[in-house]
Amino acid sequence: MTIKIPDATREFLNDAGELSRFAGRFFYEGLRPRYEVREFVRQCYVVGYKSLPLVGLTAFIMGLVLTMQLQPTMVYYGVESQIPAMVGISIVREIGPILTALIFAGKIGSSIGAELGSMKVTEQIDAMEVSGTNPFKYLVVTRAFATMLMLPVLVVIADAISLYGSFLGVNIYEKTSLLLFFRKVFENLEYIDVVPAVIKTFFFGFAVGIIWCYKGYYSSKGTEGVGRSANSAVVVSSVVIFILDLIAVQITDILT
Amino acid sequence: MSSEAVIQIKGLYKSFGANEVLKNFNLDLLRGESLVVLGKSGSGKSVLIKCIIGLIKPDRGDITVLGQDLLSLDHEELDQIRQKVGFLFQSNALYDSMTVRDNLEFPLRRHTINLSQPEVDDMVMDALNNVGLGHTVDMMPAELSGGMRKRIALARTLILRPEIILYDEPTTGLDPITSLEIITLMNVIQEKYQTSSIIITHDMKCVKIASDRVAMLIDGTCYALGTYDELNASTDGKVRAFFD
Repeated sequence: MTIKIPDATREFLNDAGELSRFAGRFFYEGLRPRYEVREFVRQCYVVGYKSLPLVGLTAFIMGLVLTMQLQPTMVYYGVESQIPAMVGISIVREIGPILTALIFAGKIGSSIGAELGSMKVTEQIDAMEVSGTNPFKYLVVTRAFATMLMLPVLVVIADAISLYGSFLGVNIYEKTSLLLFFRKVFENLEYIDVVPAVIKTFFFGFAVGIIWCYKGYYSSKGTEGVGRSANSAVVVSSVVIFILDLIAVQITDILT
Repeated sequence: MSSEAVIQIKGLYKSFGANEVLKNFNLDLLRGESLVVLGKSGSGKSVLIKCIIGLIKPDRGDITVLGQDLLSLDHEELDQIRQKVGFLFQSNALYDSMTVRDNLEFPLRRHTINLSQPEVDDMVMDALNNVGLGHTVDMMPAELSGGMRKRIALARTLILRPEIILYDEPTTGLDPITSLEIITLMNVIQEKYQTSSIIITHDMKCVKIASDRVAMLIDGTCYALGTYDELNASTDGKVRAFFD
């Protein structure tokens, strides 16, 4: 008896297999010389520094809004003094990493995907190979390493900005000093809140970089192909971020 | 033109799934010669030229470039061969995110590491002046016209002083006047640097002006080979279809 696998399932499995192979090649090529240090540093600047304004603005609004939404309920139960602790834990453990990763995937991932896709379509990747350059190392390894390294840095900055937003939110209702607010936050934060949250963002960054590079690097001919790749990369990278988050939460629970 | 073959292709076979693109293709490029490969769109011309530069691996057959068996070379040896073989892409393939200077420096920096900045600058300006575009050195590719981009791509191809240049549809997408300028420039380069060239095209004006010999790629094989005048005099229907 033969089981017929639906086309969509077969395509998904093929894609997953190819993506795994692509990720394997990333480690194989990334650990062997020649190291494209200059391009890697340039990508860190592009990926990290240039996405800071958007990430910062979003984080600030997120902290402010979260606090304003919590305030009435916390006042109702008479625990408004616990707002810094609650917001702090929520942001550091979950909201900061997830939201930053999703924004990062949208902004940086899409630009990586579109850049590599158009380079593929216009034969620039072939030209690179003819010029004695390993395009995989130059384009994929540098970008995926940069996203892996820069996302945790952005998350830490976003967390800090978000907490500052929360501090301003608290001050809308009652005057609190910055020192007192942050003391309340850090009194309730433990290493187990901070360290796993930062570690998982390395994986988020890797997932964003590798998925978008894969989609761009293998986008089919024509601008339509580039658009289709970008579309599917948004979906895949977002879903993978949530799956990785779920796994990270389970692991953290087991460890604690 | 000497009788020494700088590229020898024997029994080349390449298919994509059920689509057999090249079937027992044979061809020699002689030193100093300008050989045009003529064929319809989709006949496998670009596949052939990409096999010669090692971008596509053929299923069967032999390709010898400057005395070396291309298919047995490792990555490093292939890079060394590529220093001697320039490739002008159909879409120019200029790096959008780099200036003209950086585009030209890229292959130079990659292939030759022991060059000082003044030497690199001289080589870049020399290559740009060869194509009459010295003033564009700090411009971005997006600021250039189609003809200028083609010339810059040609300058990038020339910068390593290749012995062989492969042109993939050099006049596609250009107006007749610019096409003629590019073909003339190709002839000037051929004469000045004594390069050997393979030109992939279906532009008959390019065939007439630029070719020493013409190879017709039909049904995956080298169907006919001769000078422009010889093929123009042919009575074979498949050959005549290009000349009539």
